Amino acid sequence: MTRLMASLSLAVAALFVLSLLVGPASIAPLDSLAGLFGGGDGPVAMVMREIRLPRAILAAMIGASLGLAGAAMQGYLRNPLAEPGLIGVSGSAALGAVIAIQTGLSASFALGLPLMALAGALGGVLLVLALAGPRGGSLVLILAGIAISAMAGALTQLVLNLSQNPFAVNEIVFWMMGSLADRSMTHLWLALPFTLLGWVLLASLGRGLDALTLGEDAAEAMGIHLSRLRLVLILGTACVVGAGTAVAGAIGFVGLVVPHLLRPWVGAQPSRLLWASALGGAAMLLAADLAVRLVLPERDLKLGVLTALVGAPLFLHLIYKTRREMP
Amino acid sequence: MTLLSLRDLSVTLRGRPVFSGVTLNIGAGEMVGLIGPNGAGKTTLMRAALGLLDHDGQSSLAALDPRARAQAVAWMPQAREIAWPVTVEALVTLGRTPHRARRLTEADHHAVDRAIDWMGLSHMRQRTATRLSGGEQARVLIARALAQDTPLVMADEPIAGLDPAHQIATMETFAGLARSGRSVLVSLHDLGLAARHCSRLILLGQGQVMADGTPAKVLTPEMVAQAFGITAYQAETDQGRIFQPLEVLE
Amino acid sequence: MRPSRIIPWLAALALAGAAAHADIPKRVVSVNLCTDQLAMLVAGPGQLVSVTPLAANPRTSAMAEEAAAIPVNHARAEEVYLLKPDLVIAGRFTDRATVDMLRRLGIRVEEFAPAYALSDVPDRLTRIGALLGQEARAAELVDRFNAQLAELSSSTQDRPQAALYYANGYTSGDASLAGQILRAAGFDNVATGMGYGAIGALPLELLAMADPDVVVTGNPYPGASRSEAIMDHPVVTALKRGRVTGTVTDRNWVCGTPYVLQAVEDLVALRRAVEAGQ
Repeated sequence: MTRLMASLSLAVAALFVLSLLVGPASIAPLDSLAGLFGGGDGPVAMVMREIRLPRAILAAMIGASLGLAGAAMQGYLRNPLAEPGLIGVSGSAALGAVIAIQTGLSASFALGLPLMALAGALGGVLLVLALAGPRGGSLVLILAGIAISAMAGALTQLVLNLSQNPFAVNEIVFWMMGSLADRSMTHLWLALPFTLLGWVLLASLGRGLDALTLGEDAAEAMGIHLSRLRLVLILGTACVVGAGTAVAGAIGFVGLVVPHLLRPWVGAQPSRLLWASALGGAAMLLAADLAVRLVLPERDLKLGVLTALVGAPLFLHLIYKTRREMP
Repeated sequence: MTLLSLRDLSVTLRGRPVFSGVTLNIGAGEMVGLIGPNGAGKTTLMRAALGLLDHDGQSSLAALDPRARAQAVAWMPQAREIAWPVTVEALVTLGRTPHRARRLTEADHHAVDRAIDWMGLSHMRQRTATRLSGGEQARVLIARALAQDTPLVMADEPIAGLDPAHQIATMETFAGLARSGRSVLVSLHDLGLAARHCSRLILLGQGQVMADGTPAKVLTPEMVAQAFGITAYQAETDQGRIFQPLEVLE
Repeated sequence: MRPSRIIPWLAALALAGAAAHADIPKRVVSVNLCTDQLAMLVAGPGQLVSVTPLAANPRTSAMAEEAAAIPVNHARAEEVYLLKPDLVIAGRFTDRATVDMLRRLGIRVEEFAPAYALSDVPDRLTRIGALLGQEARAAELVDRFNAQLAELSSSTQDRPQAALYYANGYTSGDASLAGQILRAAGFDNVATGMGYGAIGALPLELLAMADPDVVVTGNPYPGASRSEAIMDHPVVTALKRGRVTGTVTDRNWVCGTPYVLQAVEDLVALRRAVEAGQ
């Protein structure tokens, strides 16, 4: 248990440092650290502080958010297929973000972007929970996810197509697949408050999610306020997914892969899976973001491509395993 | 001491009254069987009594705040749900949820150990609960309810789907609880087991409590015919009370 | 924009009219922004019957006013066919299906490659002149272009370092029209030093490390886009801070027409400002 926590933390720390050291500009590791921590505003310091540092922090932060949100939604719906990207919550958040940008709201009001993404994510979560019902059956959950993703994706494309800006249409792929390229501290400050709030909300769910292992009735009879739990889950998920999507686009599968891999290591207990998935998600997204820079440095490879390459086969495996419960 | 007190309890689901005017008390040391034909509202009565369902009238348990209620009664729903492959010990420990501070105390560990011992699960503490057989899972879930350490245990059809040995063992566990001073309210369909192991039966049917008392007083031929539409053979033997349903009445 | 020495003679020439031969095309339709402008420069009155909407947009076209008087088409085979053209001029990257369809319908389609160098401008002018039967006017435009360019690119001793930086973090090296404009104006392009030939993505890190004297960025379009937000990245802002900065006025940079001289002239003024600052 503590060993798992230690090794995950170590992995996150190592990947974080590696993320700071890797980039198109070849800067010697010692120079990088000097640029990061030393004074001065030379080009190296600028690269380290304004390009690599926000990128590494955002990767860790958004990865942790996605892992945490995945673990929390799975715990609540008692279904290992629940994941913000797959069930359309990320897509809805992207729609909110695109609307904020295209209506000029984000330009006139700094928090307009994360708030609209949060509102989009909120709509997505509410819709999924309304459609999936209290015990999210796999089939309904997947169908709801397809419908919500398709709708949010179509509306996102519509908004971008209607834009007067010739570049907007090409951005569809960013919103669908996500990227951390050239994000700045500005983006970090936009996303951070909502993310922290969401983390606090989701982290408070542990005991309730544990009790839900026995079903809604038993959990409620053990003193769990189910309606409050549901509300906290919805708000927390909307906060972390909305904030993350607003600055990095919709990155899928992290919330699916990480809880699935870590579940055996925490004795399948939802409460312990929460923090483990947060650390695991941070590690996975840092690794994915390193990979897009190392594998095809010339191309602007999107993060979601890598996470989907890992996640989609696992998703198929999970569907295969859970198909017995489907009608 | 009254552990559950219902006053004029009524439930209406989708505009149709399920039952109305249910008034009863359960004291300490009682092993109460809740019987009645399908659709009589046994589950509904128990959930309404717990405050999990909208109802009219009063229930002493529903009036408590959730945490206090969880320390007054343990509830075992009919669906034996174990959503994740947790260990037996972790599952039983969930019964401590209403009592727990941030970390498990000595008292929590003690209650878990006692519940596991009581149900004879010591040798499978570290096994994965979802991989156990149906009978074993049922025992684990009873242990979970026992770990909650409440004066009253309510169980909805705890013996459904179990083999005879597990059914009898389960009923004896509950009867043992009653002998130790706690009370149990179980709903069940097996009138033979109900007659044999319960100290008191409540017969729910036709939207009301039709009879309430000892098995001999409740399971009269007239009442059995009226509530269930069957005939039965009954005898008081030196092996205990025998109740065997015979035929369906036309 | 500053009053220019270049534009007036172009405006005077455009649409001045020339006698039409019998065998020259009478109904010309252009389906590409750059061919729109080339055709407007040399065509006789009424000879050019339609151009694209981009030609009438002052943000993308250096000849928006002239284009406003000409009906627009959206480069779709059906509407172009209904205009009954005897010549369609298209860009190399005009939709293949449209071009093939028009040819199958028996319409003559001539394609123009985009200009990659300033020396492409006279070529394009000469060719459009020949196609439209306006050789004399095209020759005059070519002469004046060459003279003007020679004058603009003469005085260059100290060459400041500059980087072009567009939406999505793209840049251009010397093998592009923009790169050539930058060179002609007396700048050294940092992208060329890094091995960029034509257009390519320049990681923000490399831009920061190159630390150029001038960053020339694009002029944002209306309606926000994430692609253009890169130009507001703190690193780009920091590179611009305290230095002379330039803005690419896209309409003069897009097409290989004599209007690129305006772009060169603007950049020369920028270079003078840099030199004055140093």
